[in-house]
Amino acid sequence: MARASGPKPVLSERARAERRLGLLLCAPAVAVMLLVTAYPIGYAVVLSLQEKDLRFPGEGGFVGLANYVTVLTSELWWTALFNTVVIAVVSVAIELVLGLALAMVMHRAIFGRGVARTAVLIPYGIVTVVAAFAWFYAFDPSAGFVNGLPFVDDDKAWFGERFSSMVVIVMAEVWKTTPFMALLLLAGLTTIDESLYEAAKVDGANAWQRFTRITLPLMRPAILVALLFRTLEAFRVFDSIFVMTRGAQDTESVSILGYNQLISRLNLGLGSTVSVLLFVLVVAIAVVFTRGLGTQAPGREV
Amino acid sequence: MRRVTALTLVLLATVALSACGSGEDSGSRTLTWFIAKQPGGALDVLADRCSRQSDGRYRIRLEYLPSQADQQREQLVRRLGAEDDTIDIIGADVVWTGEFANAGWLRPVPAARRATLTRGVFDSVRRTATFENRLYAAPLWSNTQLLWYRKDRVDRAPRTWDELLDEADRLGDDGVVAIQGSRYEGLVVLASALINSAGTRVLDGPDRLGLRRAPTVRALEILARLARTHGTADIDTSDEDSASKSFEAGTATFELNYPFVYPAAKANAPAVYEQMAAAKYPRVDPSRPSNPPLGGFNLGVSSYAKDPDRAWDAIECLVSSRNQLEVTKREGLPPVRPDLFDRRTVKDAYPGFARTIRESIEDAEPRPSESPAYQDVSLAIQRALHPLTKLDPAKAYDDLREKVQQAIDREGLL
Repeated sequence: MARASGPKPVLSERARAERRLGLLLCAPAVAVMLLVTAYPIGYAVVLSLQEKDLRFPGEGGFVGLANYVTVLTSELWWTALFNTVVIAVVSVAIELVLGLALAMVMHRAIFGRGVARTAVLIPYGIVTVVAAFAWFYAFDPSAGFVNGLPFVDDDKAWFGERFSSMVVIVMAEVWKTTPFMALLLLAGLTTIDESLYEAAKVDGANAWQRFTRITLPLMRPAILVALLFRTLEAFRVFDSIFVMTRGAQDTESVSILGYNQLISRLNLGLGSTVSVLLFVLVVAIAVVFTRGLGTQAPGREV
Repeated sequence: MRRVTALTLVLLATVALSACGSGEDSGSRTLTWFIAKQPGGALDVLADRCSRQSDGRYRIRLEYLPSQADQQREQLVRRLGAEDDTIDIIGADVVWTGEFANAGWLRPVPAARRATLTRGVFDSVRRTATFENRLYAAPLWSNTQLLWYRKDRVDRAPRTWDELLDEADRLGDDGVVAIQGSRYEGLVVLASALINSAGTRVLDGPDRLGLRRAPTVRALEILARLARTHGTADIDTSDEDSASKSFEAGTATFELNYPFVYPAAKANAPAVYEQMAAAKYPRVDPSRPSNPPLGGFNLGVSSYAKDPDRAWDAIECLVSSRNQLEVTKREGLPPVRPDLFDRRTVKDAYPGFARTIRESIEDAEPRPSESPAYQDVSLAIQRALHPLTKLDPAKAYDDLREKVQQAIDREGLL
């Protein structure tokens, strides 16, 4: 982000004209972005400072930070936040390991490379809600096949308690998005120069050493970008939980909490407050990754 | 470059032309009727029939909502909250009246039509169409739960919950009671039926907490015993369908559910169907009649409808006796007038238990939907009582009071 500071370069007439043209060409895109992202976010902030419930049109008004106090002192918010963090951390960690392994397989596959890549990508091509339903029915005690597997209790009601519900939710997330992780990592893997490996082999490095000394360090930017994308996505987890438990057994995520306030209760004040807090958290994660860990924004030179 | 410009112009012109095509003609109007889809196709028959009878004044177009009650409501309130004027007739679940009316989404029934739309309707059903003493909708069909049991395993129908659970004890492994324990509206149906039958109510008025201690705890004790010793394996996630399935599979000896389970068993499990019998919803207190749950749908007119007069005309047609009976014949859903229960159609739909259903609707008590914040009350009840397998009656009672109070005051997250 920060550019080396120095004396301001003097621009020629031509450069200035080009810059003006550039700004002009960007303007429509900027306007659209403001319209579709900045406006709703701003409106949500405004709503979060009001008591507003569509079912009680006569009531309401400006209440300052009261909604934030309500949300932040609610046990439900903290439970939901805890669940969200657990789901994000656990699923992203598993996805990283699996994704890396898959990326290596896809990269090194000698024959059938195209088939391997397509096969790995299939889960990512399935709509999340559909995938969630597939998992839901697979674990259904009467209709699902999972309870018919060896070593699984026939009567196990997977969505009947918190821990097993969370396990299934995390597994569904991992199944669904590992391919995306693998794809990002594969992109990083292909940028590594083969000659480095050959040189290392000549120097007598074994496979593990080549992995830890060459592959991992050179893939750092790719790994961090993949982690950033997936963490942000995992933090907004909604579909799987909505389909499988609807938030029962204390499996609510922050998004589900916001949905319940906004869509089920039509309490726009509280719902917007939850949304704004979720937005702040997502921004915070992005900042930590880009600043703290030095992730390169996509498209920027290393 | 020139070719691109020409192409763009052609595209723009096409879009502009196609936008001109949709004009309203003034003579006949299309009325859009939003309602939950019913499997038997009765709603299509009704819409066609009334469109034809209107002599071209209106045509009813059906727009189906999802099958689960929570999702139906969400779809509707999202549109109504956005003042969508494409909704004319609203098929409203009996518990939505207070909320929708308070939000200004439903038009009150015009004075001149009140008598025709509710003549002879069950008192309990009429109450579900009323908010703050004003009528907002016309009942189309009703619904109630019965106690279903296996004649081959049980000699006579248990009259009280205690008898039912004792009988279940005697049956051992077969003593399973299939009910709705998932965290959704169905759990509220079960809990409020028990609380009402125990002799108290969740709310005493639109914004006053009821829930007297002794009867409520009594109701919760029954729920806890039921879930802990006689529930199905998936009681904490079971809904109407899964309850019906476990009865059809022979796992359960008892089932509390709506009458749709009877034709469903006939189609899916003829052997079980042979042994199936129905009785009234069990009492909590032997000396007090039970208050079975009350379901059903009412028809109202959206405040944003462009032509309310035609919409009311259509509703008058849709709720006629003939059409109510059509719904009973095709969907197995009870009519909303006691006098219709003597008709052949109803007796055929409920062989041997038409009277039980009529009495159940008479005794039924609506859910605490007189509160315009009913959705919050419902979420509060779900949160306080779920999961049933871990319900501790004394603790759950305090929790229930606190959460329902919070819901009436519309405070906090739910």
